[in-house]
Amino acid sequence: MPSSQLFFIRFKHCFAAVSSDIIHRLVMVLASSILLVSGYASALTNDEITGLAIGDNEPRIAVLNSVMAKGDMSAIPFLQQLQNDAVKIKDKSVYIVTDTATIDALTGKTVDLPEDADDVVNNNQMGSELDAAIATLNLLSSDSKIRLDAAKSLLGSEANDSRLAIIKQVEAKETESKIHDALAEVRSTIELTSPDKAARLAAAKALSGATNANIKQMLSTRLAPDGETDPEVKAAIQDALKSIDSHLALFDRLGQLFTGISLGSILLLAALGLAVTYGLMGVINMAHGEMMMIGAYVTYAVQNVFVQHFPGGFQWYLLAAVPSAFLVTAVVGIVLEKTVIRFLYGRPLETLLATWGVSLILIQAVRTIFGAQNVTVENPAWMSGGIDFASNLVLPYNRILIIAFAIGVLLLVWLMISKTRLGLFIRAVTQNRGMASCIGVNTSKVDALAFGLGSGIAGLAGVALSQIGNVGPALGQSYIVDSFIVVVLGGVGQLAGAVYAAMGLGILSKILEGFAGAVLAKIFILVMVIIFIQKRPQGLFAFKGRQID
Amino acid sequence: MHEKFPQPTLVHRLYSSKAWAALAIVLAVVCVVFPIFNLLVPQTSIFYISDYTVALCGKILCYAFVALAMDLVWGYTGILSLGHGLFFALGGYAFGMYLMRQIGTDGSYHSNLPDFMVFLDWKTYPWYWAMTDHFWFALLLVLLVPGVLAFIFGYFAFRSRIKGVYFSIITQAMTYAFMLLFFRNETGFGGNNGFTDFKRLLDIPITTGQMRMALFVITGLLLIVFLIISRAIVTSKFGRVLTAIRDAESRVMFSGYNPLHYKLAIWTFSAVICGIAGALYVPQVGIINPSEMSPANSIEIAIWAAVGGRGTLIGPLLGAGIVNGAKSYFTQAFPEYWLYFLGLLFVLATLYLPQGILGLFEKVKSKLKAKKNKARKTSNELAGKAADVEAGQA
Repeated sequence: MPSSQLFFIRFKHCFAAVSSDIIHRLVMVLASSILLVSGYASALTNDEITGLAIGDNEPRIAVLNSVMAKGDMSAIPFLQQLQNDAVKIKDKSVYIVTDTATIDALTGKTVDLPEDADDVVNNNQMGSELDAAIATLNLLSSDSKIRLDAAKSLLGSEANDSRLAIIKQVEAKETESKIHDALAEVRSTIELTSPDKAARLAAAKALSGATNANIKQMLSTRLAPDGETDPEVKAAIQDALKSIDSHLALFDRLGQLFTGISLGSILLLAALGLAVTYGLMGVINMAHGEMMMIGAYVTYAVQNVFVQHFPGGFQWYLLAAVPSAFLVTAVVGIVLEKTVIRFLYGRPLETLLATWGVSLILIQAVRTIFGAQNVTVENPAWMSGGIDFASNLVLPYNRILIIAFAIGVLLLVWLMISKTRLGLFIRAVTQNRGMASCIGVNTSKVDALAFGLGSGIAGLAGVALSQIGNVGPALGQSYIVDSFIVVVLGGVGQLAGAVYAAMGLGILSKILEGFAGAVLAKIFILVMVIIFIQKRPQGLFAFKGRQID
Repeated sequence: MHEKFPQPTLVHRLYSSKAWAALAIVLAVVCVVFPIFNLLVPQTSIFYISDYTVALCGKILCYAFVALAMDLVWGYTGILSLGHGLFFALGGYAFGMYLMRQIGTDGSYHSNLPDFMVFLDWKTYPWYWAMTDHFWFALLLVLLVPGVLAFIFGYFAFRSRIKGVYFSIITQAMTYAFMLLFFRNETGFGGNNGFTDFKRLLDIPITTGQMRMALFVITGLLLIVFLIISRAIVTSKFGRVLTAIRDAESRVMFSGYNPLHYKLAIWTFSAVICGIAGALYVPQVGIINPSEMSPANSIEIAIWAAVGGRGTLIGPLLGAGIVNGAKSYFTQAFPEYWLYFLGLLFVLATLYLPQGILGLFEKVKSKLKAKKNKARKTSNELAGKAADVEAGQA
């Protein structure tokens, strides 16, 4: 196993290295070909080049602004070199030093760099002005992605009139609403310092819809003693701040809700199998967490097979891991039912102890086979990243996928239990074993299959867990208390209870974590569950009817 | 009539004279044999009992205590607790607080406070450490903390008639919650390091051979005392009701008993026993930390009782000895196979030994007896026939 792992890591690194190298070279070739044909001089006059590179900061910035005001994108390469500290000067000559050659910026010819050439030094102000100028010119690009990035990077940079002019001009032409909105925000932040009071007022009002912490920061600095003086504008800024705060708080809450739902869906996946084995069959399976662990390890094994034999299909290994995990854990479950559990029906306490013993054996078996260390299960590349709603609300794809996966599994289980023949038999055996047997249901076979189903669902939960956390022999132990709590809280005998309990517990614990920290939140939840069970010993949703032991 | 059928005295009702003799032998081994062969016999002698053996046996005696407590609630009352590890650890922590106070200023920071509090930059003891420098108060805490917690928890659980697996699971949840709580540094019990590096007990150095032996003898004596008390409980009318609750709680209720009182009493008593065991355990082992509260530990206690034989009192003591003896052997000789062994033990004990080792023993004995009876019967029959023949001849 270690060798395959090593191979895997090497493979990933190789891939990354190769791709970035190729891009780098491509850029270099392109850049140098442009240089050779036209040179930097074509975009900028020689006076502008020397003015940008030589002299004090103030006049350099003035030249930079005039260059920017022309709105010519072909000035960008030289500005970029200036920003990258690749420009050197000697007397009145300006040189661009790249990896491959040194070019005289004024003539565009390849030359040897004079030994005593000085670096062009950019201080912080010059650096941020260069950044802003490059971003402003990039707004003119025909590529909408470059325009969006440029608009975003302009937010928070120093304001000036020539930039404002270009931004206004681009904003007026912009058709994509996302970029348009971003530019409107940038324009408003610049106009916040405008000498015209009406413009300042309008800007403050326009910014009240913002959802960015940077803008909040900017607005609060305007409230400082050396900032805004006009009381009316001040009030408008305060209103804007309030509204931004409430937006941010709303997104914070939405974020908590999302992580709560995400935790809830993980709990649901963990508890769904238990809802079948314990809820329907009445079998306490303490090895349920270990079934999840086995599912995660099957995912790991499938991943390794893909890396070794089908590296091209690596992105889609999960598609193979899901059915494999289900099958392997279902088979383990059926074997467990046939060898241990079926002798213990009607003796739940003994079942608890026996399955605990099984869990110990499974943990040690995994340690023997895969080692005691955690193993690495890689996310496919398409699962990294997320949907970006606001600066403080990003929904990662893997979490979204797990929620969808949980819903899918829930739907399948529900269909299986309520619509298929096997589900009908399971319900029949649950409700009246003797009668089911009398009318010809093979109860022992149904027991085995139902237990296999529950274990298989645990395996699916393991696949999901392998994508968001560590995979190790102790993986299952950390979920067993939680998933039993979900089932007990939800009530025995049905799936709906488990769904509500899982979601409720997930959301509640994430909200509590915001106030009290993870450990206290967990303790609080456990205490609440214990109290709740006092009140409703049969859980949220109990079978209606009379029972006697 | 009264002369003809004398009522058995309490002594005779508890144990037969044979069993009393066996107890006396155990008592002698604990109080005489161990001290003499550990402290007086030279180390080179083959009769010498090493310090390691004493420490191991002392530890196992503490575990036997817990197994006894488990048997009272599970074996006799049918309540499977997965929280006995918690009561054990709480007793240990309560006594550990006293032992920490006894360190005085000998800690590595030479402060009046324990090292972990200095580390947290605390200036004074938190309120719940008040009075813990008094030995009598520590003993009181050992009894009260597990007892009160068990009483409150049990009252609410039994009142709403939570039983069976439900009860087991919420006791496990409680244990888990306490473990998380004690893992926090801010809780004020040393976080995940717990209490260790004890120096003195009653101002006497704690690491000497004599102290170890004294603790061992006290543990053994108390275990025998509690065994006899438990025996008195389960043979009394109160104990009969407990067994009836185990077998058919609803019928007990319909007969006019309130199971709540009975269950609550035995549950609290059992928790107190666990607390005492924990308090005896900590000075002998020299450390207490939150991992003692892990749910796995509590489940292991159940298997001690199951292996030995539930509902027999002696059985769980044997079970604790056998399982922990095997554990200390396996974890040294074949550390990677211990979990396989323990797991198999769980499975096999529940599948094939519902009455534990003692049950197996009884079964074998009764089978032998039946064989013997059969043999006697056939020989009697033969003798009878012979007599008939003789009579016929006569």
